Amino acid sequence: MGATPAILVRHLHKHFGSLHALQGVDLEVQQGEFFALLGPNGAGKTTLISILAGLTRASSGSAAVMGHDVVRDYRATRKALGVVPQELVYDPFFTVREGLRIQSGYFGLRRNDDWIDEVMANLDLLDKADRNMRTLSGGMKRRVLVAQALVHKPPVIILDEPTAGVDVELRQSLWAFIRKLNEGGHTIVLTTHYLEEAQALCNRVAMLKQGRVVALDSTANLLKSIAERHLCLRITPDTLPAGLAARVVSHIDGLHVLALDHYADMEGVLAQLREAGVCIQDMELTQPDLEDVFVQVMGAS
Amino acid sequence: MIGFYTLLYKELLRFWKVSFQTVLAPVITALLYLLIFSHVLEAHVQVYLGVRYTAFLVPGLVMMSMLQNAFANSSSSLIQSKITGNIVFMLLPPLSYLEFFSAYLLASVARGVVVGLGVFVVTLVFTRLTILHPLWLIVFAFLGTGMLGTLGIIAGIWAEKFDQLAAFQNFLIMPLTFLSGVFYSIHSLPAFWQAVSRFNPVFYMIDGFRYGFFGVADVAPQLSLLVVGVCFVALSALTLILLKSGYKLRH
Repeated sequence: MGATPAILVRHLHKHFGSLHALQGVDLEVQQGEFFALLGPNGAGKTTLISILAGLTRASSGSAAVMGHDVVRDYRATRKALGVVPQELVYDPFFTVREGLRIQSGYFGLRRNDDWIDEVMANLDLLDKADRNMRTLSGGMKRRVLVAQALVHKPPVIILDEPTAGVDVELRQSLWAFIRKLNEGGHTIVLTTHYLEEAQALCNRVAMLKQGRVVALDSTANLLKSIAERHLCLRITPDTLPAGLAARVVSHIDGLHVLALDHYADMEGVLAQLREAGVCIQDMELTQPDLEDVFVQVMGAS
Repeated sequence: MIGFYTLLYKELLRFWKVSFQTVLAPVITALLYLLIFSHVLEAHVQVYLGVRYTAFLVPGLVMMSMLQNAFANSSSSLIQSKITGNIVFMLLPPLSYLEFFSAYLLASVARGVVVGLGVFVVTLVFTRLTILHPLWLIVFAFLGTGMLGTLGIIAGIWAEKFDQLAAFQNFLIMPLTFLSGVFYSIHSLPAFWQAVSRFNPVFYMIDGFRYGFFGVADVAPQLSLLVVGVCFVALSALTLILLKSGYKLRH
């Protein structure tokens, strides 16, 4: 962990005409974090990223990357930042390698072929290196976008929905590579609608709703905030004792889902089942996941 | 500086990869103009004493092709990048607005000059021209393509759709270049239209360029240089202000 935050955002507001897209966002991401920025469509995630990347200008407030102000110190900011845009964009005039060399040049790097080859190898792009961008599939274009964001080895990498519409194989190899970069000290910020990805990868999560941060905590703490567990049961005979009716969440195809406020409630439930002479066929206790937290947070605020 | 060189290289590579459309096509268009107009007018029109009409026409055609292609280069490159979205590849890196401007400008000048050379070489088949003042010719070639390249950057930044760019081209660039004395001397026009022509900066580019060949022109080359130079500087300043403010590129 360095002293300078990788990303520091203070009282950030953005108006698009009458739309108040960001309504005073405060956020601090430390160096080395794997950070998730979650929220429904239109919550302001992409606007926030665009401001950090200098594609959009904030109406008020400040934003800095590695201590460099995104407006005043734009050159230093952009050198420190690698952004994988959400839109699947490409330049139809060039091959993969030409594109990556040109992108390196924009960042002031002249002989960058060793690193370009390494990035391409990690993203399984080597055999496509001399193919024109036009001829690549959507998944391959997505890989090239990731490679382009990494040509200058940025300390901070932002991925805006990198796995939208991407097959399982690429997702896995992409995350393995991003994890490796994170272990190598790169700060990763990611937006995604696949909450299980965020839960598996990210150590901290911010949730945005209508331009405000409505939850900001470590993934572990957010998961702990939901104490309720679900107990899934298959029983014979398929009739629950009346005393458990209040706990029933759902009953579909013989699977009873009961809510437990605490682990300790388990004992009472089992005792009631025993008293009623019910035999348990199958039992599973499920943990709350980030999706449950997300639904709760979005519903509450 | 590497950023600037790279962007310039990318822009040159872009038009070179499609040189069939960007170089050969305009050369053929100019050739058609030459064939048709010299066939119809050669026997009827003599603008300057001792200069045949075909010879008079060549510098105008060369300059017109240079100007139109300089404009087309920056404007079409920018609008394509904006519409396909790959403009972000240039907006995310630490390129300064000055680097951005110079790279697009120089690539436009290069395309204009390459097309101009192509047109000139092809016309050698029909008429041999002696160049009396090569320096004047070079100055006007660079300033003219520079100004239209700059105008192309402005149009490319401003336009959000291809038809807006087409409107810019059809309602501004085409009239300015066609009504500039490419095919005639403005002294052959009625007084009113002569006066109107003098408000067209392209007229001064063509006239100054032609002076480089023949040593005669409708107005003094110094005046043409002044007008073209002032227009170029003013448009460049405007473009730099637009780029610096992020107009239509950074919201």
